Amino acid sequence: MADEIIRFHFDVDGDDFSSAGAASVEVKKRLRQLGFAPDVIRRVAIAMYEGEINMVIHADGGVVDVEVGDDDITMILSDHGPGIENVELAMQEGYSTARDNIRSLGFGAGMGLPNMKKYTDDMKIETEIGVGTTVIMKVNV
Amino acid sequence: MINLDILAQKMELRHICGSTDREICGCYAGDLLSWVMSHAEYGHIWITIMSNINVVAVASLCDVACVVLAEGVELDPDALEAATKQDICVFSSKLSTYELCTLVSKYINE
Repeated sequence: MADEIIRFHFDVDGDDFSSAGAASVEVKKRLRQLGFAPDVIRRVAIAMYEGEINMVIHADGGVVDVEVGDDDITMILSDHGPGIENVELAMQEGYSTARDNIRSLGFGAGMGLPNMKKYTDDMKIETEIGVGTTVIMKVNV
Repeated sequence: MINLDILAQKMELRHICGSTDREICGCYAGDLLSWVMSHAEYGHIWITIMSNINVVAVASLCDVACVVLAEGVELDPDALEAATKQDICVFSSKLSTYELCTLVSKYINE
């Protein structure tokens, strides 16, 4: 498929739900053009969308870097938000700190991080209170 | 399996935008977007009362065959614009989510 690593970079605006998901939709389109299997594209797109939404809800936006290699696709989502106080708790299905106005949009079900883990083959979270969070996800192809 | 166009006619859905040339293999009903992303599958009808622009993104990422807005809900203007641009098929209906599910169940394997 790809002879060398292909890289995409996206800026994610904070508090802008109208454009949230734009990067994921774009990645989906590009992966389709590159000829990846629908299941791989779906897993990457959903995991990345959940990450994007988390950055909009909790961190006033951030950046996403996607690396497309021969064996896997890596997504690196970095923000300068408040950090995650208790990662173990945040990973539990149903746990959410999203505000009511966010919930009224259909988010805040406490499924974001669990979905990201579910749809990827490897996920690492590096977070520091008051500094920010970086989530690294890998999907094997 | 049933063609979306035929199913929509049988269910008397109102077409809002997007191509109807898809095959339907199932249905998912829900309003929590992460929950939908976790459970809705390719070729499903997604029935919801959510109508904001994020519905369009989720429908696109999940590759559902269409979105059906229940209870007479109208698509938000920016969502309509995005759905039209991305060719996401959206219908609306006055029926409740439950009533729509029963109709899908009735017709899907006819």
